[in-house]
Amino acid sequence: MTTAPRFDQIKVGDTLPPLKLAPISRHQLALYCGGSGDHNPIHVDLDFAKKFGFKDVFAHGMLSMAFLGRLVTSWVPQTQLRKLGTRFTSITWVGDTITVSGKVTGKREEGGQKLVDLEVKCTNQNGQDTLQGDATVALN
Amino acid sequence: MQLDKKLIGHTFKPFTTTVEAGKIRLFCKAIGEDNPIYVDEAAAKKAGYRAIPAPPTFLTAITNDDPDKGGLLRLLNVDIGLILHGEQHYEYLAPVHVGDRITCQQKVVDIYDKKGGALWFVVSETELKDQAGKPVAKAKGITVVRNPDAAKK
Repeated sequence: MTTAPRFDQIKVGDTLPPLKLAPISRHQLALYCGGSGDHNPIHVDLDFAKKFGFKDVFAHGMLSMAFLGRLVTSWVPQTQLRKLGTRFTSITWVGDTITVSGKVTGKREEGGQKLVDLEVKCTNQNGQDTLQGDATVALN
Repeated sequence: MQLDKKLIGHTFKPFTTTVEAGKIRLFCKAIGEDNPIYVDEAAAKKAGYRAIPAPPTFLTAITNDDPDKGGLLRLLNVDIGLILHGEQHYEYLAPVHVGDRITCQQKVVDIYDKKGGALWFVVSETELKDQAGKPVAKAKGITVVRNPDAAKK
């Protein structure tokens, strides 16, 4: 069970424990195709991907966004998550090794809630960001 | 290729889907999520949930469960091989659990182009409400459409 950090203990600049993931496999993309209901063949069918000008299949953006979700919910219980958003800034290819990281960018009180804003991102093995996102969590 | 900006404001037919435990289990396997609250009802209840919760981005599986799947692409008359996901944002208003009946309604809120029409951006918002009619989440997505004509130039 995730035990949340307390609002008073958190400082801007604090980092979340990063997630280092195994390389993205074709099998994982097949599972995500079924699990998410995103059946776009471009993520699982090499012939289709090549027909549209890609060298290989690539990960669903939303698979990587799920990694951002995992990062945040391993830090605070999901019931305290208020917002999660991202820009998909570059393609995640099969075989890429993604690291998920986050840091505190702000603290504020709004509507009776103590809110902490986070910058969250996915970065590939070359140090390139694939997702640049943000999250807001409520802490006690 | 040019997208029709008159489609801004188009509202899709709402649909309702049930949040299923087996679907969440497969979703969690795919994303590498191994917290037992997402697969074991007893673990979920022990952690204070009334049933197994849907993980944060499982909302995409809910909104993808549209029986009229692909409606946005048909509306735009765009081939699925030309799209990329530009942005996605979720606002969480109430927890979603296994057994909930979620009604989704999507609306096109903006259409614009960049790089002289080489890329088009379609912004849509989806409201998710539970069986009591209570809003549980808001989703905002940006679909990027690669203009095949621009690539030929």
